[in-house]
Amino acid sequence: MAEFIKFDRITKFYGPLCVVENLDLSIAKGEFVSLLGPSGSGKTTLLMMLAGFEQATSGKILLDGAAINDVPTHKRDMGVVFQSYALFPHMTVGENIAFPLQMRGIDKAETAARVKQALDMVQLSTLADRRPSQLSGGQQQRVALARALVFEPRVVLMDEPLGALDKQLREQMQLDIRELHRRLGLTIVFVTHDQSEALTMSDRVAVFNKGKIEQIGTPRQVYDEPATRFVAEFIGETNLVEGVVEAIEGREATVRLPNGAQIVSAVSDGVAAGQGVYLSIRPERIDLAEARGAARNVLETEVTDSVYQGDHLRVQLQNEAYPLIAKLGRRSREFAPGTKVFAAFSAGDCRVIAP
Amino acid sequence: MSGSSSRMGRSLLLLAPLFLFLMGFFVWPLFSMMSQAVSDPAVLRLLPRTAEIMGDWDRESPPSMPMQTALMEDLKAVDDDQALGDMVRRLNSARSGFRTLMSKTTSALGDAASPPPDLVSIDKRWEKPEFWIAIADALSPLTDRNLLAAVDLGRNSAGAIEHLPADQSVNRVILVRTFWIAALVTFFCACIGFPYAIIAASLTGWKRDLMLAAVLLPLWTSLLVRTAAWFILLQEQGLINDFLRAIGLIDAPLALIFNRTGVIIAMTHVLLPFMVLPIYSVLITIPKNLMPAAASLGAPPIRAFLRVLLPLSLRGVASGGLLVFISAIGYYITPALIGGPGDQMISSIIAFYATGSANWGMAGALGMVLLVATLLLYSVYARLSSDEPGRR
Repeated sequence: MAEFIKFDRITKFYGPLCVVENLDLSIAKGEFVSLLGPSGSGKTTLLMMLAGFEQATSGKILLDGAAINDVPTHKRDMGVVFQSYALFPHMTVGENIAFPLQMRGIDKAETAARVKQALDMVQLSTLADRRPSQLSGGQQQRVALARALVFEPRVVLMDEPLGALDKQLREQMQLDIRELHRRLGLTIVFVTHDQSEALTMSDRVAVFNKGKIEQIGTPRQVYDEPATRFVAEFIGETNLVEGVVEAIEGREATVRLPNGAQIVSAVSDGVAAGQGVYLSIRPERIDLAEARGAARNVLETEVTDSVYQGDHLRVQLQNEAYPLIAKLGRRSREFAPGTKVFAAFSAGDCRVIAP
Repeated sequence: MSGSSSRMGRSLLLLAPLFLFLMGFFVWPLFSMMSQAVSDPAVLRLLPRTAEIMGDWDRESPPSMPMQTALMEDLKAVDDDQALGDMVRRLNSARSGFRTLMSKTTSALGDAASPPPDLVSIDKRWEKPEFWIAIADALSPLTDRNLLAAVDLGRNSAGAIEHLPADQSVNRVILVRTFWIAALVTFFCACIGFPYAIIAASLTGWKRDLMLAAVLLPLWTSLLVRTAAWFILLQEQGLINDFLRAIGLIDAPLALIFNRTGVIIAMTHVLLPFMVLPIYSVLITIPKNLMPAAASLGAPPIRAFLRVLLPLSLRGVASGGLLVFISAIGYYITPALIGGPGDQMISSIIAFYATGSANWGMAGALGMVLLVATLLLYSVYARLSSDEPGRR
């Protein structure tokens, strides 16, 4: 993979507080990478360092092979979209979008043409003469987007740009940005704490925790093959059950649970027999039946509660050793509390995670 | 309905102390001072009969007999020498020669042995309409004499407005000086206060508190104390001159006191809070991410400042400038203590008229000129700030 942006052993301290620790990350040209993590995990700090608003305490940031640590922000040629839009309130929408072009000394005729094109791109052509305060939140965010894209920056950085929008608008904007990314071939680094947003939009997701990247991979990888307990719990909902590895055969491990049950599960490298581990089982991968079926993994449990949630049925299960949650499709039948059921899932639907 | 009107009555009752206070200590004194400037009933009070008859006079024909008789009776009836003196002074300032004419007339009228039949027989000058015009003008209870004199204008014998002779034209020079000093002080306050406010607004926590306290502390100190402190600092053997000589920057002491430099230094210091605080209050409402946004869009720091921060903070600079300028044109103590004779501002002249020469009319008129200038400035500011872009 071509390295367009490269963070090379980046460390950042705020006083005695370490917010980014010895971090490596490479991003290819044209890639959409999300930095996902809880607040305080260092994802925004990393973005600010890439934009030039913050200086790394140590380490190098390379853009297209050249170190940019000492390049001031205004020479980095990166479009930044802020969470609070950061539109200039004393300028009209058109003037806001023309601003980066004027700073680059582009002549008036071309500026006007490109402003118009950018406004068309975000479907705001009729609002060029309004002031930002006269626009709705979604419109302001689109202006901010147009302003960050109009000068064709080498990289587009977005710092939780959709955080202030309501759910429906946010989902629409997610699809719009994804579409722009594909159409214009932009390189986008997108910071968010919303895991579904990261999964929806990204080519790759980097999951941050405490200043480090826990895992980086495609949305499917980080969801289906979480590398750590943190990733498994942060992205989506999961059942975590403790157990001990009895044997490993290829990509599969046999794990004994505290109540003696044996589970066959997918495993990645770095786990050895005899090791105490967690099993991650996604709730929507569990099937419930009253008879023991032919599935590889079957656990005997009892229903303690079931909640109808429209698009799925959420069933809480309990046996002598651990609780489980199962999400069943809407065609599923109801399960009354106290019903004895068998929870079944295949080896590929659960995952061994080293503690 | 009765409930709402009783509530209305109660709120009016609560407002009453403020209202009475404002009426008693602001509106009424202001109004009476203003009316002093334009009213002059002294002559009317002394010459009631003359006033009655002269209402019909055409200001051209020679004085008729009834006019002369009325004036004679009025003058005979005068028993207040002080008021008579005031009247003569006023008539003399309108028409020179009145003083000798009047003293001659009053002494002739006081001669009980041979009372004169008419005024013309006392002095031929009573035949000339000019002297009667002066009396007619002086009889009017309203006068623009003070207001005109405040800007070095006066009326000639024909009643037309013209410039006063150079030896009486001092107010306009002082007015221009007042506005010039106020403008300089405003300029220096802006030069110091704007960067100061930017730095204060960009800091957080105790550093910001410290910077604001440094501005506010002088505000909480008495004006006299601050001015006296500058007196100590600026004098020839003062701290500043001693320090500059000690580090070898100058050989002879700089003249910092009893001149324009000292006045401007001291006034700038005293008025600085009024510049810093409005700018600061505007700056902290400007979102913090606008300058990073400008940088990310390719604006070097200076262009980002000129295009983003400066236009957004101009409203603060304008209101700060207005506050400083309006305060500065009324300054009195600082120029009086730190300035030389050539640095006295219009307030000193007002104080001189009010307390020194008891000429309340001139004091009121000069005060009115200041008030009008202030109101004009304020209306310009209000017009500008209502057009301010970027506000809802």
